Amino acid sequence: MSVQITNRSKPVDRRPMNWVERLYLVNIFKGMAITLKHFFKKKVTIKYPEETRPFSKVFRGLHILNRDEEGREKCTACGLCAVACPAEAITMEAAERQEGEEHLYREEKYAAKYEINMLRCIFCGYCEEACPKDAIYLSQTFTPANYQRKGFIYKKDDLLIPNPVTDPEGYKKALGTISREKEGV
Amino acid sequence: MYLLAIDWIFIIEKLVLIAAIVTLSMVVAMYATYGERKVAAFIQDRIGPNRAGPFGLLQPLADGGKLFFKEEIIPLASSKFLFILGPLLAMVTALLTSAVIPWGSSMNIGSRVVPLQVADVNIGILYVFGVVSLGVYGIMLGGWASNNKFSLLAAIRGASQMVSYELAMGLSLIAVLMLTGSLQMSVIVGEQYNAVWNIVYQPIGFIIFFICALAETNRTPFDLPEAENELNFGYHQEYSSMKLGFYLFAEYINMFISGVIMATLYFGGYDIPFVNEANLAQHIGENWVALLTFLTLMAKALFFVFVFMWIRWTIPRFRFDQLMHLGWKRLIPLALLNMVITALVILWLKK
Repeated sequence: MSVQITNRSKPVDRRPMNWVERLYLVNIFKGMAITLKHFFKKKVTIKYPEETRPFSKVFRGLHILNRDEEGREKCTACGLCAVACPAEAITMEAAERQEGEEHLYREEKYAAKYEINMLRCIFCGYCEEACPKDAIYLSQTFTPANYQRKGFIYKKDDLLIPNPVTDPEGYKKALGTISREKEGV
Repeated sequence: MYLLAIDWIFIIEKLVLIAAIVTLSMVVAMYATYGERKVAAFIQDRIGPNRAGPFGLLQPLADGGKLFFKEEIIPLASSKFLFILGPLLAMVTALLTSAVIPWGSSMNIGSRVVPLQVADVNIGILYVFGVVSLGVYGIMLGGWASNNKFSLLAAIRGASQMVSYELAMGLSLIAVLMLTGSLQMSVIVGEQYNAVWNIVYQPIGFIIFFICALAETNRTPFDLPEAENELNFGYHQEYSSMKLGFYLFAEYINMFISGVIMATLYFGGYDIPFVNEANLAQHIGENWVALLTFLTLMAKALFFVFVFMWIRWTIPRFRFDQLMHLGWKRLIPLALLNMVITALVILWLKK
């Protein structure tokens, strides 16, 4: 017994071809009419560098390390993201904030070293979920190409979002639709 | 003294014409590759090459440049002379056919009447057939000299296919020749010039001719000699660099030339439809009319090239036995029947 999934299925016609069909010409013209119809259809191609496809709101791209409004790094190097990471792509080293560094780091502890291996990362977004400080986010950019494997190990410099105080435009751009997501739009 | 008096202007005129026609065929073939890719893309809902230059118009140049700079490999076990001769022959035979085609009505330059035809030989269509059948050698030699069994198989297929379809092609043509009573290309066009096109009298003949032209130029659905999935590319598998380019190029030139021949034989050649050229010539001058007629012929030929591509991206390939079946058991009897009926009708009308 066969299971019917859609009602579009047709039984296979196994009758021998009649004279008109054996001429092929009629069916060939039918086929050519179909291809001609496609000739004038709207094309599905997206001319990539000029046009980009809109991402879904939950798209998970490259990570960014977030800052607060005053430009201080939010990350406290608690290591929860590294624990949550199923691909074990995240490593970090914590350090204590010194006197006079209050404008750089929001809390007393910060990540002196923070690395994500983009070759291991599976972009599952668990780090984002695990983070208690809203410090790590998956942005809407792809992983860019690189010539060497070591180029895929992203350091803190590659991951940090531009400072909103000194570079508000870059910050806004890097933020993308994240803020909107937070508002629940 | 008269024997030694060479008409230099005549020679120069013909040389210019030859250069122009060869260049034209080359450029058309070049842009046919572009057209092929665009047509393929459009039929598959894509947009095709669009990166090199505006609308990708420089793509053929880029492809040609690439082919020239590729490493040229001649297999050790191949027969070197024949290996090189193969693509050469394919290219030469493809270009040779253009010699007898009337490309437009005559021009007046100075006091000279310049016909836009390289050689108005009185056996024009036979010459075309002779050269076309030489085209088999390009495929055969290339495939055989490669010393590769796939290439050899493809070459054999190609040869047998071309030989069997030439028969039906010739038979369908005889009906046209009976209508016009001449083998001369200019006469065949002249008959249709201010009268009815041959397609009206010979629709079946045209369909047979068209199918055979597809087979002769190795286009889908008859592209068995280069069947990618059975023979890994067929007779040009061992070829690289511009030698491969020549083979591909020759195919496109063949396509263009067969389009021109179909237009000439069945669609009035350079005749502008619904226009009396003699009247038009009085208004705008003969040279402009010549240009217009030439453009008309080009439009007709390019339309056939488009249909060739359209068919290629519609129909899958025939199996080899189906191909032979169609050629020998359907097209040849049909062509014979068409010929006999035409002959009878002509006899009956003349009586």
